[in-house]
Parts: sequence; C-alpha cells; structure tokens
Amino acid sequence: MSHYSALSIARNALSGHSNWDPAWRSPEPAAAYDAIVIGGGGHGLATAYYLVRVHGLVKVAVLEKGWIGGGNTGRNTTIIRSNYFYPESAAFYEFSLKQYERLSSELNFNIMFSQRGVLVLGHSRHDMEMHRRSANAMRLNGIDADILSRDEVAKLVPALDCSPQARFPIWGGMIQRRGGTARHDAVAWGYARAADARGVDIIQNCEVTGFTIHQGQVTGVETTRGAIKSNRIGIAVAGHSSILAAKAGFRLPVKSYALQAMVSEPLKPVLDTVVLSPATGTYLSQSDKGELVIGGGLDLYASYAQRGNLPVNENTITGMLAMFPTFSRVRMLRHWGGVCDVVHDSSPIIGKTPVQGLYLSCGWGTGGFKAIPAGGYCLAHTMATGEPHELNAAFGLDRFDTGALIDEAAAASIPH
Amino acid sequence: MLNIECPHCGARPEHEFRCGGDAHVVRPPLSASGETWAEYLFGHDNPKGDQTERWCHSFGCGLWFNVIRDTVSHEIRAVYPITAQRPEQAA
Amino acid sequence: MSGARRPGGGRIDRNRPLCFSFDGRTLSGFAGDTLASALLANGVDVVGRSFKYHRPRGVFAAGAEEPNAVVQLEIGAYLSPNRVATEIELYEGLVAHSVNAWPSLGFDLYAINDRLSRLLPAGFYYKTFMWPHWHLFEGTIRKAAGLGAAPTQPDPDRYEHRHAHCDVLVIGGGQAGISAARDAAQSGARVMLVEASSELGGRALWAGDAINVDQTENLTILTRTTAFGYYDHNLVAAVEDCSSGVAKERLWKIRAKQVVIATGAIERPLVFPGNDVPGVMLASAVQRYAHGFGVAAGKRVALFGNNDGLFDYATAFEAAGIEIAAILDTRRGEEVIGVKGRKRVRAVQTSRGEIACDLLAVSGGWSPVVHLFSQSGGSISFCDKRQMFVPDKAVQQVRCVGAANGDFDLNTQPWQSRAKGKAFVDLANDVTAADVMLAARENYASVEHLKRYTTLGMGPDQGKTSNVNGLMLMGDATGRTPDAVGTTRFRPPYTPISFGVISGARVGNLMRPRKFLPAHGWHQTLGAVFEDYGWQRPDAYPQAGESLGEAAIREARAVRTSAGLFDASPLGKIEVWGSDAARFLDFIYVGTMSTLNPGRIRYGLMLDENGVIIDDGVAIRLAEDRFLLHTTSGGAERIAAMLDEWLQCEFSGWDVRVLDCTLQWGTVTLSGPNAIEVATALGLPVEALPHMHFRADQLGNVPVRVARVSYTGEATLEISVPARYVKSLLETAAAIAGVTPFGVLALDLLRTEKGYVHVGADTDGMTTPGDIGLGRAIAKKTSDFVGRRSLLRPACAREDRLQLVGLESANALPIGAHIMEGSNAPCPSGGFVTSTCISPTLGRPIALARIREGRARLGETVKLFDLGQIFEAKIVAPCFLDPDGRRLHD
Repeated sequence: MSHYSALSIARNALSGHSNWDPAWRSPEPAAAYDAIVIGGGGHGLATAYYLVRVHGLVKVAVLEKGWIGGGNTGRNTTIIRSNYFYPESAAFYEFSLKQYERLSSELNFNIMFSQRGVLVLGHSRHDMEMHRRSANAMRLNGIDADILSRDEVAKLVPALDCSPQARFPIWGGMIQRRGGTARHDAVAWGYARAADARGVDIIQNCEVTGFTIHQGQVTGVETTRGAIKSNRIGIAVAGHSSILAAKAGFRLPVKSYALQAMVSEPLKPVLDTVVLSPATGTYLSQSDKGELVIGGGLDLYASYAQRGNLPVNENTITGMLAMFPTFSRVRMLRHWGGVCDVVHDSSPIIGKTPVQGLYLSCGWGTGGFKAIPAGGYCLAHTMATGEPHELNAAFGLDRFDTGALIDEAAAASIPH
Repeated sequence: MLNIECPHCGARPEHEFRCGGDAHVVRPPLSASGETWAEYLFGHDNPKGDQTERWCHSFGCGLWFNVIRDTVSHEIRAVYPITAQRPEQAA
Repeated sequence: MSGARRPGGGRIDRNRPLCFSFDGRTLSGFAGDTLASALLANGVDVVGRSFKYHRPRGVFAAGAEEPNAVVQLEIGAYLSPNRVATEIELYEGLVAHSVNAWPSLGFDLYAINDRLSRLLPAGFYYKTFMWPHWHLFEGTIRKAAGLGAAPTQPDPDRYEHRHAHCDVLVIGGGQAGISAARDAAQSGARVMLVEASSELGGRALWAGDAINVDQTENLTILTRTTAFGYYDHNLVAAVEDCSSGVAKERLWKIRAKQVVIATGAIERPLVFPGNDVPGVMLASAVQRYAHGFGVAAGKRVALFGNNDGLFDYATAFEAAGIEIAAILDTRRGEEVIGVKGRKRVRAVQTSRGEIACDLLAVSGGWSPVVHLFSQSGGSISFCDKRQMFVPDKAVQQVRCVGAANGDFDLNTQPWQSRAKGKAFVDLANDVTAADVMLAARENYASVEHLKRYTTLGMGPDQGKTSNVNGLMLMGDATGRTPDAVGTTRFRPPYTPISFGVISGARVGNLMRPRKFLPAHGWHQTLGAVFEDYGWQRPDAYPQAGESLGEAAIREARAVRTSAGLFDASPLGKIEVWGSDAARFLDFIYVGTMSTLNPGRIRYGLMLDENGVIIDDGVAIRLAEDRFLLHTTSGGAERIAAMLDEWLQCEFSGWDVRVLDCTLQWGTVTLSGPNAIEVATALGLPVEALPHMHFRADQLGNVPVRVARVSYTGEATLEISVPARYVKSLLETAAAIAGVTPFGVLALDLLRTEKGYVHVGADTDGMTTPGDIGLGRAIAKKTSDFVGRRSLLRPACAREDRLQLVGLESANALPIGAHIMEGSNAPCPSGGFVTSTCISPTLGRPIALARIREGRARLGETVKLFDLGQIFEAKIVAPCFLDPDGRRLHD
C-alpha cells in the first residue's frame, strides 16, 4: 500500500496524478477462504481488516452484492458518540470511539473524525433530570459528559432558538465533547484499502444466494459468482440480516425499517456542534462541505425501500425548524432512505448463530455507523476464536430468551 | 406516502393510520415456554416482499384491519378484516 | 461585458422596467426577465465563483439545470441563500449578492486554490491533513467550503400545504404536456397540469408561438409549480411559488390515478479545457435568452457540438442578431481545444485555429428529464443512437411523453476531448475530467463511488448537466458502456425546496398545539407559573417575593395542615363497560378488578407485554358492568388506544366498550386534613365516604363524580365535573377560608414524602412491579394479564435488580445521582436517585432511588456520585411520612 501524505500528493502532482495505485483491487473470487465476511459495508470491511490484522488470518474475502459502503455506511448522518447508559453499551461504544480517534492514522486514510461535540438538548425539568442520570452513568463508566445550562447551550450553538417562547423551550443539555462526526464513505474506503493491502479479497457485485450447511456446520456460500467454500462465515448486512438468516434456516428478532436522512444546500459555517432534540426526534450537524445533515425517527412501518417518504420528512424538518427557526429559508437539496435492522431493545446482536461456524453482526438500528470499529473488532474476534469478546458477550441472541435485554432507548431519552 | 383503503372510511393517506406490526400473531398462554414466549415477543417474519400486518385508522374511525403489503414497492395487495384468515391468493 | 438587450423580441414587457441590484450595483431589467436574463442584458459576465477553485463563472444555462449562477437573494429576514439566478423572476427592488468570493467577486483571494489545483485532485483530503491532527485543518477547510450564508433572523413568510386528487396529473406544460392534458380533459377525466415556469408553452414560447389552452372545469392548471418528488402510491409532491397571496410557497400533495411526465429534456455540455469560462453557455440557453428575453448573450458566437441541432441553432442565433464566428461539429473532426479569457471568453482555440468570439455555445446532446420517472421506481436505459438515458419500464401508473420520453430524433455522436487543460465535467462542484480519470485509476469505478469520491453531481444542481457526461467518461476509462456504468439514484427533490415549505403551517405553536386546562385563565389570574407537561400546568402560584421552590413548599405545607386545591383535569379518565368489562380489566391490570364492588376503588398497574410498567392509577367500579379508569395525565390517549387494540384484535367477541372521556370531565382535587370539610361546604356530603370509595352526585344540575383516593398522603377527594364547570368549582372552592391552590411542584413534594411512585420518573422502560415493591400480590392472581409471562423470565426474577427505596442524607441529593459501587469514579453504578426534595414536612432531605438489591440493604450507607461531587446517604424504606396511612382515613 503506497503511503498517503501531503508529500505523496505533491509527488504525484508532478506526474499529473497518473501513478496512483488502486485503493483496492477487484479480484476474482477464489474457490475457498479461511473466512468470509458477507457485506461490504463499514462493519464487514472492518471485520475483514481485524481478522487479518489482529488474528492473523490469511485468506479472507468480503462479499458485497453491490458496491462497498453502499448500504447504511454511505447513507447515515455520520454521528459518532458513546453517550450510553448501561455499562455493556458504554464499554462497547467507548471502545469504538477510541478506535475512531486513531483510525485516520491507523488506516492512513483521513476519515475526518471531527470531535465537535454531541449535544442532546433538554426541553423540560424531566429531560434535564434524565440527562443528569445519563451523564453520571457515563462518568462512572469513564466517559466524558457534561451538563450545560441554557446560557451555555445558547453560547455554544448561537443559531438555536433558546427563547422561553419556543414551542419546546430549551432548559439546557448534555454534551459529550469527544463525540462528533466523520466522513462516512472514508470509513468504508479506509478499511477497504487497509484490508486489501493485507491481502483481503474485496469482491463487489457478488450476491450471496444461499449457504451450504453440513450437519449443522456451515461449509460455504452460493453466490451470483459461483460457490465459495469456507467454514467460518460472518454476516454483516444490516437491514438485510433477516433475509440471509432465512437462507441459513433461522429467524431473527429483527424488523427492517427505513430511516431517512437529508441534506441542505452547502452553507458557510453556521453550526459547529451535533445537536439532538429528544422532544422533536430531530438531529443535525453541518458537514465540512457546508451541508446541514439532518435525520429523524424511523419510518412507522417495515420497509426495504431505500427511499424517502414525505410525512416522516415533514416531522423531521418541523422538528429542526422548532430548534432553528432561521433555517426556514434554507433549502433541502436531497433526501434518501436506508434500511435499518431494528431490534426490540435497540442494542446490537453480535455473536454466534444456531449454525456452527456462522456468525452474525446485526441489530444496529439507526446507529451502526459509530459502532463500526468495535463491531468489526468483536465480530472478527468471535469468528476467529469461536467465542465472543468480553465487549460483545452481553449482545448475544440468547438475551431474548432470558429477558436480559439492554434497553438503551428505555433507559435514556436519547434516540437510538 | 401510502394510500390505504380503510374498510370503513375508504382510501386515506398514511398519516391517518398507525401500523401495529405483524398480523396473525398468536398470543401464547401463560404456561408457554421461555422460547415460545420470546418468539411471540421478538420473533418476526421480516420478508422482503409481501408481509401481513395490522393497521389502525387511528385518526379516523379507529378500526383495526389486516393488510398485505409489499415491503419493497409498498404496494398494498389486500385489505381484510382483523378477524379473517389471510386470503389464499392476494389480489 | 458582452451580453446586451436586443432592440426587440422576447416575452418581456418593455413597458414595465424594473430596478434591481447585484453586489451593490443598481441595474435594470423588465417584467418577464429572470435575474439571469437581466444580468446578461446588463452585460454582467461574472456572476459567481466556483465551489472549489473559486474560478469566475457566468450564467451557463437558462433553467433549473444552471450550475454556476448561484446568488444570495435579498437580505435580513428575507434572505434566501443559494438561489439559482435562472429560476428567479425579476421584481422591482430585488437585491442579490454573489456567494463564495472573498473579499469580492472581482478579486477573490480563495482563487489561490485554482493555482494550487494540481495539489488538490479529487479526494485529496482523504490522503492528507492527518498529521498531526485533522482538527488543525478542519476549521480553515470549513470556512472555505459552503456557498451562501444562512439567514440569522426568523422567517417572516408563511407556508402552507394542500392536498389534491385527480384522475390524471400532467407534469410539464410544454407542448407534449398540454396536449396530454387536453386529451385527458376532453375524455372527461379530472386533470391537473403543473408547470414550473410562469407560462405554459415550454420551448414553443421561445419561437413566439401562441399557446392556447381552454380552461375547463375539469382541468386545473398550476403555473410556477415544480413537481419535485414522486412517492409511493402515485403521490406527486410539488411546490407552488405564490408570488402574491398569504403564503409564500405552497406544497401540493397530488394523488393521481395516472401521471404523465412531460418534463422535457436538458441539453448537455461538452467537456473540454476552458469549458467553464464566462461566455461558454449551453446553446439552448443562448437561444432561450435571445427569443424568450430579447437578450443577446454575446456579440459573436462560436457554436460547438456533436449533433444535428447545431444548424438550427445557427439559424436562430443569426435571426437574433448574434454574429456566427464558426460552427464546430465534432462529427466532422472539428473541436475546441481551449478557451482564451478568464472572466470572459475572448477567443476559442480550435482544430481550425484560433477564432475570436465572446460567446461559445455548446451542445453535447440531450438528457431527458427522467428524474421523477426514476423516483417513481421506473427503470431507465441508455439509447446509443441518441446518446441518452430514456425511460424504460414503469412500476407505478405513470408514463413519459415528448422530450422527457426521448421522443425526438437527433443524431448525436459521443465525443471525448483529448486536449490538455482543466476540462470541467461538473461546474457546480468543480469536478474535472482528470478527477474522473483519477477515480477510475484508483478503482472508485462504481458510479456511486465516482459520485462520492469526486463529489460529481452532488452540488446544488444535483448534476443535471454533469452526471451523464461523468458516467460516460468513467465508462470510457474502464471499458464499459454507459448502461453498464449506470446512473446514481435520482433523489428528491428535483430542485431544492425550502425547509419552510416542507414544514408548512406547522411552525411555532402550531407544530404541536399546546394543551390548556379548561380553567387556564383562572390559574393565570392567580399568578400561576406554567410548565409544559403535555398540558400547560401550574408549577406553583408564587406570591410576591417568593421563588417557585418557596411557593411549592408553602403550598405543600398548606396541604399537610389545612386543605389544598389542585387542578387535576388532565387526569386520564377512561370508561369501560359491557358484560365482559370486569374480566377484560383483569387481563389489563396487574391487580384483579373483577372482585371490586360497585362504588369501590382499587389501585392498579398496567404493563406492556415485556412486563414493564407503562401506567398506574385507580380503577373505579361505577356499576356491575361499568368501570372508570384513572390513568396518568400523559397516558390517557395511549392507554385508551391500547385497550381498544386488545379488544379489536384479540377479544373481538367480547362485550366491552372503551371511551376516553378525559377531555369531557375536568377534575378538581381537594387534599388535606380539612378537605372533607371544604367539600361539605361546597355542597358535597362526603363525610361518610371512606378512603377508596366513590360516589356520583349532583351540584345543582351539574353531575359530579367524587373519588376518595390520594396521591398526597392526606385525605383527598378527586371531584370531576363536566369540563366547562371546572373554573366555577375552582373559584368557589378557593373562596373558602383555609383553601390554598397548589401546583405540580407541591404535588411532587407531597407524593415523594409518601414514597408514591411517579411512573416515568421513578420507573423507566425496564421497571417491573417487583422493582417498585408491588410484586407480591401477583402470585395470588390466577388469570393471565398483559406482561405476566415476561415477569417469569430469569432476568425479571433476579434478586440483584434495581429496587425502589428511600434515601436519607445530610445534603439534598440531585435527581440523576448514581450510587457508587466502588470508592472512586469510574466504578460500577449501583442505581440512581429518581425523586428528591427537602421535605417540607420533615424539614430534611429525602429521596427515592432505585438501588441494586435495595430492599435487602435498608440501613446501609452508600456513596453517591453527581458530576464529580460525592454524597453520602442512608438507604431507608421508601416512605417518609405516615407509613400506616392514618392520615388518609382521618
């Protein structure tokens, strides 16, 4: 892998940029691999990367039915945070955030992790009490969190309507200053390039159509590009997890919903913090390119459609204008949808499946992007060793039988 | 934005309705095993294609009814009473 | 300056001159101009600076596809950023400013980027700015990016939504659209025709053809209305620009049985070095400015193209008085290899040598506007002969007609420039042909990777003129046909739409209407301080010099010593009746309601199927077959809906009816040792009504429902009357000596002293009945109820769950403080404080908390953590006052 730097750009400028290497190869699939990861999103690519880097596997392939980073990795609102309530979640997402903090240099690919702070607004006495409960939980878990007064919020985000007349008046907020945003595509590409450099075959336009299972042990996959053998296979396909599980013969506690996002036209800097409003369900930030990046709640019925829908959009925008009335004359440039794999307790499922040798990472719901490094790390560990890492031990499929759910949405007022 | 045919009121836009999730889910008795109960609570058919689900015309007549809807195109193939069996051949 | 108004021609009204200003210069135009045509007519060459390299840019197109001429429209509260000059109808006094140039449009320091462009290839930022840290560079990059500035004042304009239904919706009022609409209307169908511009006619208008459309009753025509999105079930969304009227813009949601797309086609530029210099324009735009607006975009034009349209253009330009310098047809091997001039074309370098001209009109073929068709789910395919994507298979009830369907015959030959120099594919985002080549080289070869890596087609114009050229270049570089490369998904909106119009009237207080108590005005006269609890409710009634907290303490003490008066109107009130009502409620509540005698009251919890507490309150048996359920104030609608869902979906044969009558009945609470006395003075003989009993009564002709239940720990009557009588009841009661109105804060103090649970504060989405000490009764119940099976799961039966207890401490504990399970933070949490106060009755701090294995730890001292501060507290039982409940009965 040729090293990226200002110097390498200058050197390549001399040759008219005609000597850059491909960021990753496009190899033909081999007949067999030590491990196969299905899904070329952030999670799948990260899994492949850690399988090779941490666990020393040699022959690893990522199978992607379309183009890498084309699912929720390339459709989300790019927020990274670890402001979770329960110790299991806190440990997991904090590990992820710490990986993100060093990811650009580790991958030698600028993912533009911008730690501009994630601010969750409080719109009532009760909101502020819940924020305090969350902030204290975070601090006890060793994660940074602060409670801000209304004046502090107004100073941090001048565009917010902090007047008492606002429909949802702002009482203050909770901020995780180490939270922020990153360039979503870059995360996929960075992992892809680093994995490819370590020999991982990234095979695009290769859809898995079935599994070969012998006496309860997976032995390979059928794909649109032929059969490929492996007795160690990980599934990381977000909204399509149920489809692949069905092909392997089991059912998941997952429902797929569309989540919409939208961007405005590019503006000069006007919002330097990620802002979430529990009262309206809207969250937004401004990208480095200047677009306001806006998200809201899930669509209200199950869907595999990667497209937007007006009523939910209206709610999201209405929520944004309640916070930022001055954005009324700003214009929406584009809106789209992604398909989220939603689990009852809003926590992920990472671990074993009823099929030997087949592993699963799903249930990321609306918040999988921030979990990419930890999700990949833990799925890789589970695939390589056959047992979950301590970070994902609580996130197995078995919790639905025992009732030991980790219900973040129920515990805190933060949308997940 | 879906256009849903309420059996009582006729076609109305989706924001008058509430989707109540999977239809034809049978509630197990108190004596059910842990697995059966977990399956009732969390097990979902999550088809990419036709799905049976129940809807309520909550900002209208309040009627609950069943719907077969394609989860990709969102086309509604059938609307039938909440107490009825799933139609054999959805139109 | 080269553009000029011609002495005649165009569809402008020369009798109505208009003044406007651009970057502080006062200019003039005519009614019927767009800002772009007026700028051209005034000889303004440079309208903006480009996104990345800050190169001077002029008007390039004449419609929504314009990539360059982006301006900041108006100032102050009316400021509208990033508006496309070609889409702004000129009006008197219009004020516009250029964007993305500093210090000025003419002299822009950021133009240094153009000089450094070799160091700024596509995606350069992925390869650098990593050392020492991205944060070091980010601020500078953010300032350089973005185009216009967001307004800083609230929007003074109003927006609205309209719904419409029709048999046939025709989108686009050009000739194809008009004839489709006319045909459909003649067949008797209800037809709507929407047209983005101010007049019907489309391209025919430029030729001066008169367009006649007979308005009939069944044909509705909306001009200045852009269909921007095609959604499920044939719903098309459009925005109408209402230049006059109450609303500034109107969002139409049009549900059509059939949609006809007649949105025409957009001309494509050609990609060659210098193709972005002001004075390079789409040939169709030059024609439109000449014939639509009477503006010659230049004096001497070179025509450059790859298709049959060139010669028609030449004829048209000549007729408009523009001198033809050359016609360069790539199909004859003629091509432009460079452009001279920076702020205006001075000459073009061609395969035939240098040709002096001030205008270069380019035509690289056409792209049917398939955006809406694609959004509808329809597929598109590439036509080799005409070199364009055309609609293929429809999914919804939609068809494309006219140019939008590719229904024109235009022999077009693909052409790629081999000349050296900066050749732009995407003018809006400054993506060059070299950038596309770089993406191909680095294997960002998927069309989606191309878009994301180079930002091709992601600018404000969404790539209307650039996407097809970009993917053809990518196909060329990777040996694929345009069909194989494919297009990116067409995303709504077709053109940018304001957030204001999406939100419509739902702004400010109309976003979610506030709910006011029936006696809101009465509370105001008492000086109540309100807070939004779903309803606007009095927190307290501070007297002169009193803080809110002091007022709450005074009010709470009055309840403990005399009588308090509380407006409990939001209390959920749901009537349930029918011969199966009792057994239905046994299923709904954790407790058993079927054994309740008429006139008696029982407290109950409601769970969801996961065993989690979702509501609590009392059930009152009004008669054998009739119950009145009191729910939490916030829970009424939700619980009523839940009951109805169980009945319709699970127990459809049962004889049970449910009616939420929360809004019909208002409730006044009298609480305190003197409450019974006060009620008697009001004319309600309730001396003999024991705790947890109910009676229906009358005050005059007014029906009254009296429930003796308590959430304060004192003898309490909840008196419900029809909502319109609440105010007079409050007034009358407040006039009785010793009665003190109290608010939500005092109520919270009183119930905390008693350890009464506040669902949603002391419980959350994980809390089961056992956790709050109400699990014991369950074992006795024989029948199933909602959530019961879940309580049997191992995780719910564990001993180490968080249990509700009380805390006593020297200092007041904040809500949200956590119990530390270690001596220093960070350490595991052992639970948290859920309610707290300095007890007005006891005069010391008390709190409720949910603590791991709390009930087994009474008497233990624990450490608590709050934002770095450490507290100590003793675990006690969660009731600090009158644990035997004597005061309830006295």
